[in-house]
Amino acid sequence: MAQRARPLSPFMHYRWQYTNTLSIVHRITGVLLSFGFLLLVYWMAAAAAGPERYAAALDTLGSPLAQLVLFGLTFSFCYHLLNGIRHLFFDMGHGFELKTARASGWAVAIGALLLGLVVWFAVRAGLGGGA
Amino acid sequence: MSLRSPLRRVTGLGSAKGGASHWYAQRITAVALALLGLWLVVSLVKMGGATHDRIVAWLASPVAAAFAVLLVITAAWHAVLGLQVVIEDYVGDKGRRLAALLVVKFSFAVAAVVGVLAVLRIAFGVAA
Repeated sequence: MAQRARPLSPFMHYRWQYTNTLSIVHRITGVLLSFGFLLLVYWMAAAAAGPERYAAALDTLGSPLAQLVLFGLTFSFCYHLLNGIRHLFFDMGHGFELKTARASGWAVAIGALLLGLVVWFAVRAGLGGGA
Repeated sequence: MSLRSPLRRVTGLGSAKGGASHWYAQRITAVALALLGLWLVVSLVKMGGATHDRIVAWLASPVAAAFAVLLVITAAWHAVLGLQVVIEDYVGDKGRRLAALLVVKFSFAVAAVVGVLAVLRIAFGVAA
């Protein structure tokens, strides 16, 4: 018997909109932050291993490539935090009206960029230009 | 004959299995992480230098050490819950899905233990 055409998952054929853009960015930043957590553990473990190991780890984390990764993780953190709070409001049944959802979406996107810059420069200043 | 009630025997056997508790745990860890993440950012800003003795002084405070342990456990837990959803959504093959879930869960369990031990080692002054 010939196989009938199987139904496609909604994400395969729905029109691309701001809603699914925000959603997929939340996922991607979540996956990136999971790797960021491993970096945080690496940093803590290096500190626990003593001053010499820690100095070596700081050199690694201070390399241009690592700084670029940390820069990206800073924005990922801010986006995931803000959009996560947005989702908690959704979970409680608030903010579903089109106007509200669109406004909160823009607030999250712009807020993440601004907060990301603030956090990056504040943490750099706090850590003395190190990691 | 089973002593378990009929409800207990079927709970979790639907297509969602433990979906509700997974969903709930993801939200609870999200709220905790929002607070602990902000605490980490504020701590790093206030540290006044990423030197080894500053880190040691920071985690020598019992409150900071407690928050750091909570951060490591909560972050690992939340990461596993989130990665599990991503894997279950995109990896169709059952064998590969199980393998991916095992790798993720084992890796983050190891990372969490390493992170907690690192914080405790510093907190108890072994790393000074």
